Amino acid sequence: MDWHQIWENATKPDNIPIAAMLFLVPFYTWYGLRQAFHTDRLIAELEADPQKAKTHHRKIFPFKPGWEREVHTWPYLMRIEFLAAVIVTIILMIWSITLNAPLEEPANPNLTPNESRAPWYFVGLQEMLVYFDPWIAGVLMPTLIIIGLMVIPYIDTNPLGNGYYTFRQRRIAILGFCFGFLVLWVGMVMVGTFIRGPGWIWFWPGETWDHNALVFEVNRDLPDLVGITSTPGKFIFGGLVVGLYYLATGYALHRLMSITEFHRKIYRRLSLLQYLTIQAFAITMIGLPVKMLLRHLPRAFGLPAIKYIWVTPWFNV
Amino acid sequence: MPEENNQQAKKGLTALLGEAQEKAKALKEKALEEARALQEPEKTQLYRSMFRVKHDDTPRSRALGVLTNVFFHLHPAKINRDAVRYSFTWGMGGITFYLFLALTITGVLLMFYYHPTKVQAFRDILYLEHDVPFGKLLRNMHRWAAHLMIITVWLHMFRVFLTGSYKRPREFNWCIGVILMVLTLLLSFTGYLLPDDQLGFWAVTVGTNMARATPLLGHEGPFGPQLGMTPYNDVRFALLGGSIVDSNALLRAYIWHCVAIPLIASVFMGVHFWRVRKDGGISGPAPVMLESEIKEPKGPVPVVLRPSGMQ
Repeated sequence: MDWHQIWENATKPDNIPIAAMLFLVPFYTWYGLRQAFHTDRLIAELEADPQKAKTHHRKIFPFKPGWEREVHTWPYLMRIEFLAAVIVTIILMIWSITLNAPLEEPANPNLTPNESRAPWYFVGLQEMLVYFDPWIAGVLMPTLIIIGLMVIPYIDTNPLGNGYYTFRQRRIAILGFCFGFLVLWVGMVMVGTFIRGPGWIWFWPGETWDHNALVFEVNRDLPDLVGITSTPGKFIFGGLVVGLYYLATGYALHRLMSITEFHRKIYRRLSLLQYLTIQAFAITMIGLPVKMLLRHLPRAFGLPAIKYIWVTPWFNV
Repeated sequence: MPEENNQQAKKGLTALLGEAQEKAKALKEKALEEARALQEPEKTQLYRSMFRVKHDDTPRSRALGVLTNVFFHLHPAKINRDAVRYSFTWGMGGITFYLFLALTITGVLLMFYYHPTKVQAFRDILYLEHDVPFGKLLRNMHRWAAHLMIITVWLHMFRVFLTGSYKRPREFNWCIGVILMVLTLLLSFTGYLLPDDQLGFWAVTVGTNMARATPLLGHEGPFGPQLGMTPYNDVRFALLGGSIVDSNALLRAYIWHCVAIPLIASVFMGVHFWRVRKDGGISGPAPVMLESEIKEPKGPVPVVLRPSGMQ
């Protein structure tokens, strides 16, 4: 166990925000979900007792008849904002006094460092480059992430859970977003920062980052593994496999979307366009972890890892 | 005769002195009165000209205090009593905006000491760190606030998702928020190159190399070469103002970072905050809705294209 290496990675000035996120993100996930489960208990109570549902104020916060439903912005909100500004300023001051912003040698195009790292918030995309070609990892995926985030309000036809924390009423939405944000985005930033060492080689936490390490990876294309060698053959075979993946995952998602009576109710509210949009984005998003597993899983069993599935003269997937 | 004259003169003098004394007394009174009036500065003309309304301890003037102030009137006069709870909002949107302001102030101060040229950029950073009073603190604050802003933007988005606040009528504001998040990342990324050190240079080299692979528009992307893309005319060339990260790239990064993106982001922020108010203020904490209360959609009109009045 190389504790020094762990310490070095965690305290590199530009890694401090990521080390902070290691605590902040789980904390706020817990903080939000705790309120969601609290609300869920209230929802269960109200559903079991229609009489109570008519009279209850329907919030997890205490409320007594006669209390004002609204409070004055001044001072009740603005004092909090002021306090928040003061606290953030203090944190920023202390952080800036104790820790210097990194500055390396002057830029030198003739001296390539062994770890050319993207800024930490883009390290997740850099990690994606291991599994996909740059046009997918660096251009297509970021574009799809941005568009995918923007279509969320238009494809989520579930009218419940508008303005309060809940898990029970929005299971698929919450799990889907948490998977995308916590696992694929924040998780990949963590992997790219703390696991990937020099040469973008995988070092488990505690392993020494060896600048001379070499890994001879045996990566094969799927068509080669099954013995297809001709160019048109690879094109057709790869296209079929990718198409099959879309159909199979789409079917699984379809089953998930109609798993209970409640989910079928939401499903019936979807227009065809909304349904297809959900499927397209969800299947593509799941493609990332699938491709990661295809790379890592065979290696664990001593088999050649899979590099490309669809090989064509113009692009590879 | 001269004695009489003398006496008269004396009388005149006493009268004059007395009069002067009285005037002085009156002046003193007046001065004291004015000084006493200053003990209530909110009644002075100067104060009233600035603040326009009385600030009595009444609900009305509490509301006016917010509504009639150009900086505060972003807020409504009153809000949902539970919406001030930290546990509901996490305060991340407000903190993000505060960090943007802090970054603007530190950024403007940094601009006084920085030249976006290959010869001077790196030296300016050294100068800032070693010679400018509080220069190091200034640079540190700018960098750490930028990192913090990215985290708070992400957490803000996470909270808005968890409370379902992107749902009707706030769909469009969520989209504006996504654009603002992208702009925040771009602001941070363009700033990364400016110190002109190895860290920024190679991070931007790695980052913009992605643009080579843009489908159709990059010279290494699918169908790029077929469309006549070369390193000297593709999208990466447009971003860098050249085929390598050099002086033009530095100048472009500088202008995007200090002028263009902050301006664009400010416009989107204005719309974002305005829509928060127009869409009914902060989304909650709203009373929970039960499954049994869902109304079935009417007719075969696709939900996404349905007029807003219909459920």
